[in-house]
Amino acid sequence: MGKNIILEAKSISKSFLNPVKVDVLKEVSFSLSRGEYASIIGKSGSGKSTLLYILSTMDTDFTGELLIDGIRVRGKSEKELASLRNEKIGFVFQFHYLLNEFTALKNVMLPGFKLDKLSEEELEHNAYGFLKDLGIEKLAHKMAYQLSGGEKQRVAIARAMINDPLIIMCDEPTGNLDSKNADIVFNIFKELTEAYNKTLLVVTHDMDFAHKTSRIIELGDGRLLKE
Amino acid sequence: MKVKHITEISGALMRARWKQTLVAAVGVTFSIAFFISLLGFMEGLNQLLDGIVLNRTPHVRLYNDILPSKVQPIELSEDFKDHYNFIQSVKPTNTRKEIYNAPQIIDKLSNDGRVLGVAPKVTAQVFYNLGNIDLNGIINGINPEKEAAYFSFNDYILGGNSLDLNNVSNSIILGQGAANTMRAKVGDIVTVTSTEGEQFSLKVIGFFQSGISEIDKVQSFASLSTTQKILGENNNYISDIQVKLKDLNQAPAIAREYEHFFKIDAEDIQTANAQFETGSGVRSIISYAVGVTLLIVSGFGIYNILNMLIYEKMDTIAILKATGFAGIDVKKIFISISLSIGIVGGFVGVLFGFLLSITIDAIPFDSPTMPAVTTYPIDYGIQYYSIAAIFALVTTFLAGWFPAKKASKVDPVIIIRGK
Ligand SMILES: Nc1ncnc2c1ncn2[C@@H]1O[C@H](COP(=O)(O)OP(=O)(O)OP(=O)(O)O)[C@@H](O)[C@H]1O
Ligand SMILES: [Mg+2]
Repeated sequence: MGKNIILEAKSISKSFLNPVKVDVLKEVSFSLSRGEYASIIGKSGSGKSTLLYILSTMDTDFTGELLIDGIRVRGKSEKELASLRNEKIGFVFQFHYLLNEFTALKNVMLPGFKLDKLSEEELEHNAYGFLKDLGIEKLAHKMAYQLSGGEKQRVAIARAMINDPLIIMCDEPTGNLDSKNADIVFNIFKELTEAYNKTLLVVTHDMDFAHKTSRIIELGDGRLLKE
Repeated sequence: MKVKHITEISGALMRARWKQTLVAAVGVTFSIAFFISLLGFMEGLNQLLDGIVLNRTPHVRLYNDILPSKVQPIELSEDFKDHYNFIQSVKPTNTRKEIYNAPQIIDKLSNDGRVLGVAPKVTAQVFYNLGNIDLNGIINGINPEKEAAYFSFNDYILGGNSLDLNNVSNSIILGQGAANTMRAKVGDIVTVTSTEGEQFSLKVIGFFQSGISEIDKVQSFASLSTTQKILGENNNYISDIQVKLKDLNQAPAIAREYEHFFKIDAEDIQTANAQFETGSGVRSIISYAVGVTLLIVSGFGIYNILNMLIYEKMDTIAILKATGFAGIDVKKIFISISLSIGIVGGFVGVLFGFLLSITIDAIPFDSPTMPAVTTYPIDYGIQYYSIAAIFALVTTFLAGWFPAKKASKVDPVIIIRGK
């Protein structure tokens, strides 16, 4: 193993203080290795999103240790974390989140502008390819606000993939999709893990979806219940 | 992160709120345009008003002042060397107003490298005779060519040519005020009486209008020889030597130097017209204050609009940060928005300021007291344009800095969870 571990969470705890102290996450520890396809399930309010924000380095206010690709997250500056996120983590939110000022294609390309490794033409080519895989290449030049909820979600998935990250985290990526499109997303993720050796961590309420993944992590009341 | 992509994002944000962006840019445009035209107009007026006096005033004037002797005989006496003395009611002796060796002094001055030109002058106290009434007057005997060359004399002559003073014998250019009182026309003969009581008939060949009515009521001009004749003096008699320098600022030093060298009184332009400098200075300060206020107000406009934009675009900022944009990138995006508003608004403002100046410059301004001026005065000094441009950039940068800093501190988790 060793080198193959992409994400390692060591007894992560988090509590909110308003107005009384509520422990949302309690000593959560697990690790994900390269190519793993894992899902997180749990009741509403069990802390799934909260965990995902911590694992994606956006939320640094927790106790415990988090290592991504062997890099310790604690003590890194905001700027370093942003680069880490940009390069190694793709993120799909619980609610589709696109920039309404841009077309679907530009939305997908934006993280690539920040990474600045590929030329604009290459980025555009890749972005178009991802949109095609998700069956929405016809919408590439539509403005984001003109898309339906499910279309937006797929654009967000394409965006998460653009920088060729090590791990993609999704918060309910199929929440707005019918079963046919949910299958498409599932299969794309599966291909990413199998063909490209990417790691996927998907929060979902969809038990069918969860059971098809190779590993299920269940959260209950802020604790890891069973694997 | 490439600048191109930063500007692409900020451009999209501006286009999404193009009306507010336009309002902010128009605010900058207006303040810059008004700043430029206001200061240009004010400085034009300053130059015009100062010009009324300063252009006509010699930089250094050499003359013999009628003053009691600075050294009284008792001070020369050996016997009273260690004593104090008090003398009351000291009167000047009948010192002459004539400058000794005037031709030699003029010669010497003309060869001084710092001197642009020298014009001799004779002044004669007279009465203009008007029936039974005598009006006080002063006739200045001048060399019309030199007065015109160094002291813009011709700008103030109406209805005639100053050179005729030399061509027509016993001719006079009457002050407009005096002429009005006497109802004199060009070609008329007026009589003046010298202080010695002698009467002279002089032919009017034009009028003089300085814009200062106290002067126009009293002052008239004649040739040197005519004036010397009225005074009953020979043609070496000169009472004033007027010097125009190449550099006006050297006047006080040079005046002191001449005073010593020629043992004569010398007055520099700064001493003679101190109040004009002060007036111009105060006017400039006021117009700068107004102009800078305009620019600052437009800065607040940008600040407000950017703040609003940030509140509206919280989601956008959160997504950018979630997908790996750092706080500094977000800051750059918002500062580039504010700078583009400043640059575009400022550039158009500079253009409009210039156009506005041209417009003001074309508005007729018929002042009876300033014959040489036909339209409102404008100064097109490059300094107003550069100050306005620099100030526009600085204020828009600052107006963008604080909202941008706020945007860079947005916590994406709070925004994303808040949905
Ligand atoms: N800022 C906050 N302040 C206080 N409590 C919070 C805050 N954010 C979340 N919580 C609480 O933390 C708990 C976990 O929230 P979280 O969003 O992680 O749930 P979840 O498992 O993602 O639920 P869902 O399936 O509905 O999305 C909830 O009980 C929620 O009320
Ligand atoms: Mg959730």
